[in-house]
Amino acid sequence: MNAAQLTAPAPDPLLYLDGVSVVFDGFKALNALSLIIDPGELRAIIGPNGAGKTTMMDVITGKTRPTEGVVRFRDHDLTKLDEASIANLGIGRKFQKPTMFDKLTVFENLELALKAPRGPLACLRWVLGGGDRARIEQTLEEVGLASRAHDLAGVLSHGQRQWLEIGMLLMQDPELLLVDEPVAGMTDQETEHTAALLVRIAGRRSVVVVEHDLEFVRALGSKVTVLCEGSMLSEGSIDHVQNDPRVIEVYLGR
Amino acid sequence: MSATLASPAPSGFGRMTLRLVLIGAVLILALLPVLNQMPTDSALHVSDFVVTVCGKWITYAVLALAIDLAWGYAGILSLGHGAFFALGGYAMGMHLMRLIGPRGVYGHPVLPDFMVFLGYQELPWYWLGFDHFPFAILMAMAVPGLLALVVGYLAFRSRITGVYLSIITQAMTYALMLAFFRNDMGFGGNNGFTDFKELLGMPLNTPNARSVLFYASLALLLGALWLCSAVTRSKLGRVLVAIRDAESRVRFLGYDVTQHKLFVFVLSAVLAGLAGALYVPQVGIINPGEFSPANSIEAVIWVAVGGRGTLLGALLGAFSVNALKTWLTTVAPDLWLFALGGLFVAVTLFLPRGLIGLFTKAPK
Amino acid sequence: MKRHLLGLCLALLLALPAAAQDRFASALAGLGEGFGQTAEVAERLGALGDPRAIPLLRALQDGTLRRTPAGAVLLPNGTDAATGQPADATGAEPVRINNRVRQVLRGALGRLQLISPDPAERLAAAEAVFRSPAPENVPLLQSALTQEREARIRAQLELALAASQLRADDAAAKRDAVARLGTAATTEARALLIEARAANPEIATAIDVSIAAIEQRLALRRVVETLFQGLSLGSVLLLAALGLAVTFGVMGVINMAHGEFVMLGAYATFVVQELCRGIPWLAPWSLPLAVPAAFLVTALAGAVLERGLIRHLYGRPLETLLMTFGVGMILQQAVRLAFGAQNREVVSPSWMQGTLMFPGGIAMTQNRLWIIVFGIFVLLLVVAAIRFTRFGLEMRAVVQNRRIAATMGIRTGRVDAMTFAFGSGLAGLAGVALSQIDNVSPNLGTGYIIDSFMVVVFGGVGSLAGTLVGALTLGVVNKVLEPYAGAVLAKVCVLVAIMLFIQRRPKGLFALKGRAAES
Ligand SMILES: Nc1ncnc2c1ncn2[C@@H]1O[C@H](COP(=O)(O)OP(=O)(O)OP(=O)(O)O)[C@@H](O)[C@H]1O
Ligand SMILES: [Mg+2]
Repeated sequence: MNAAQLTAPAPDPLLYLDGVSVVFDGFKALNALSLIIDPGELRAIIGPNGAGKTTMMDVITGKTRPTEGVVRFRDHDLTKLDEASIANLGIGRKFQKPTMFDKLTVFENLELALKAPRGPLACLRWVLGGGDRARIEQTLEEVGLASRAHDLAGVLSHGQRQWLEIGMLLMQDPELLLVDEPVAGMTDQETEHTAALLVRIAGRRSVVVVEHDLEFVRALGSKVTVLCEGSMLSEGSIDHVQNDPRVIEVYLGR
Repeated sequence: MSATLASPAPSGFGRMTLRLVLIGAVLILALLPVLNQMPTDSALHVSDFVVTVCGKWITYAVLALAIDLAWGYAGILSLGHGAFFALGGYAMGMHLMRLIGPRGVYGHPVLPDFMVFLGYQELPWYWLGFDHFPFAILMAMAVPGLLALVVGYLAFRSRITGVYLSIITQAMTYALMLAFFRNDMGFGGNNGFTDFKELLGMPLNTPNARSVLFYASLALLLGALWLCSAVTRSKLGRVLVAIRDAESRVRFLGYDVTQHKLFVFVLSAVLAGLAGALYVPQVGIINPGEFSPANSIEAVIWVAVGGRGTLLGALLGAFSVNALKTWLTTVAPDLWLFALGGLFVAVTLFLPRGLIGLFTKAPK
Repeated sequence: MKRHLLGLCLALLLALPAAAQDRFASALAGLGEGFGQTAEVAERLGALGDPRAIPLLRALQDGTLRRTPAGAVLLPNGTDAATGQPADATGAEPVRINNRVRQVLRGALGRLQLISPDPAERLAAAEAVFRSPAPENVPLLQSALTQEREARIRAQLELALAASQLRADDAAAKRDAVARLGTAATTEARALLIEARAANPEIATAIDVSIAAIEQRLALRRVVETLFQGLSLGSVLLLAALGLAVTFGVMGVINMAHGEFVMLGAYATFVVQELCRGIPWLAPWSLPLAVPAAFLVTALAGAVLERGLIRHLYGRPLETLLMTFGVGMILQQAVRLAFGAQNREVVSPSWMQGTLMFPGGIAMTQNRLWIIVFGIFVLLLVVAAIRFTRFGLEMRAVVQNRRIAATMGIRTGRVDAMTFAFGSGLAGLAGVALSQIDNVSPNLGTGYIIDSFMVVVFGGVGSLAGTLVGALTLGVVNKVLEPYAGAVLAKVCVLVAIMLFIQRRPKGLFALKGRAAES
């Protein structure tokens, strides 16, 4: 294939997007986008509003079907699978607008996200074991919500909701984490904490982070991909892209 | 325990009181057939009418529980649950018809009267087996369950939710009503089934049969309550609430929403079918009118009045609305439909959490 | 139409040559002079084919015909049968008849009625002759055919003629009859041919050709008539669904009382009819008058419902559904108490009654045709209102972005109320149409509401073109399936098909796609 020659042939990429386009009523949200994520890689994605960052995640998680292109996760063709199957393959997602279950408590939200059999009968018989409880409590500590464990998720503040959703992502223990604007609404300290957390995870898992906060992206210290108008504009270290004149023109400004 | 935190249920003090009230109510109900046996001049005597009516209400309460499980917890507002109830009722009705034997007007040893009248030569194949009680009960569960499985599968797989699902289920019960009105369906057409004689060797319409049916209904209610609360307190219950509030988010967590909804929908249909099966011998008749969309939606309003998303609310609603109905239809029959219509309006506008909401504090 | 024919007959009568009148008078000779003679006279009169013989023979049959000693024959009204002038009735005796005379009378009357001035009588006579075919009827039928103008009677006469010819021994006449039957398009003609096939093996092939021709024509007619019925059912559905397409499709408000608004429209029609009843020149126009009246009544009811109740439930569709169902219940009961539970009749004005016959025996009832026309009219009205009026523009603006529309000075509350009133008014119009083909009763709406929702869902929520296509498709499919599956099973099939169809859940023309996980 043509695209395979374009990108350096990495051994067995975890996620492989090639020539992906998404058209909404004639508007190209993604335009022949190609992207490869290796196992264990941490990747930051930046780009102006409307660049198609969220749409890319929609395509990967099965929310939006690409108009054309290849989307593979290990050996699986993601364009053929529904959201639940994709999630069960090991792809977890945090939404740009934090979304969880407002009528359930923080603890219960984490419990639902916890990796466990997902069928109705399994859920009916499910008993929360000591190990799982410990994992949930550990995650609660990690995301700083231990004191709110038994409050309804609906009453949390925006920042806390961000944390809860990150917690849910952790509970899923996915192989690939798609994190859409995780630090919006967080304090500087929390932002640092999040960056450290993601870097820590990245060794074992692959993480794709979309963020506008360049300090945060720098703290990640990872390869950066710049999207613009649905396709890749530039790729490389944060210093490289920050000095790329095209990136400066469309995104960073003077 | 997180399991007791299932949030839509009322919590704290209100919950305890309600539980006591429930136990008290069940005890009083359980006493009714006994009081019925008291001498008629005794102050404690309870008339046959009261026993039958309460028995009927109990089956309604089971129907309400079934609807609440689907609607209150999983957000599936079915406007066709009356169909599952009626199908269960028809299954039992077929059994009762077979038991009439040669005692019908035409005295045919096998065929029910309406079949003789319509010129049937032999029993249609789908009537076979209904002379056995266990088979009839099995069918009272299996037929509604299967229907729910098929309709639910088609609907949930296509992600038909909300009002669309409501309309589809309403159309389902409407179509069934039209079908059962037909004579050539072999279910007695217009008139349905009636003139039942006996069940399980007991002649109907005797105090004995009344009490047995009453206690059977009560047992079904308690069983259904236990089952529903087991479901709603389990993680499945929390998944259902999650589906109700944010269906697609649940998918991104890897849950197959179709399966979960289907599970609860079928379970709910089976419960409704059983309720219908116990309803029919107590009222002594089943006809296609039971499939009318208005019946289903009336049952939904019981749940809304009581308070959806709480099992006690479903019970409370079923009993209170039906008590009001029984009273009003005797005192001022013309007013009943106004009252019922008014209930729909009042509950949705002013009492979104139902009567239960008056006793318990709102979940934040 | 009828009047013209009558006039035509009269003209023909007057144009009868004087000689014929004399022959009528002279044919009377011998009447009442013994049973044999009376029978002969009856026979003669029957063969003569003068319509004046009909009342005479009928009087003879009833025993009310009298004869004066002078030999004049008096009709029951006292006039002389020969001259038509009042005559002296002194000493007149009833003419007596026996069974033989009765038998002759029946035959003579039957043949005479073929040329009776009353079309209904002629049709009945033609049918009677058809039922007892005989070779001797042939000349009579042929002469009747030369005079007959009315298509329905002509067809029946042709049929009777062919049936009689098939009984004759004349092979050429038989072939001729078979060929002419082949141009008919009725099941009777086919039955006749099938019957003749066994008796006449020598012309079997000719008969087969004719049968095939008939069958082809019958099939075509079935297709056209099914299509027509489907389209007319489709227009009814369209009318009922157009209002929903506005309230549910455009506004997203699910109004279960929509069926009751349709019912209110039908009752408004009834009330207008009753009000016009006393004013003779207005009475035939009560239906057109009912159109604006029904629209206004239901639109007002809709506006009240929206402002008073529904607006408090925006964003909560399931609650809206339940609440409006309750409102529907109240409306139904209120109408039941006010007008009674029994059916009320709205009579179609005369210009809408009757059946139009098209070539090939295709029959279309006029009121159904009118409903199709009305359906198209209302559809165009809705399209125009949404596309070309200020109100339509504001409506679309509010639906697409309420907040921005509000900041641009559109009073969104008023637009909501007007949109809902408009949709409800359309339901009233559907009620006017339904009053023409269905019983006006308090539960009129319940039978249509589910189907209309199906139409809207099927056609694509928010799309008028979809509503049109959905309504017509559902109507036609229903009618096509009906003969095979029965009306009920046809409904069930359509339902299942719709459920399978909405796999690709339509989101509507105006609905914007949300961006959160929930969308
Ligand atoms: N379902 C949809 N229907 C129509 N247009 C859509 C849809 N989803 C996305 N778009 C359009 O596609 C473009 C890309 O949107 P996307 O959300 O992917 O951008 P983004 O890079 O995530 O922007 P931001 O930084 O603001 O989050 C936008 O112009 C958006 O309006
Ligand atoms: Mg985005």
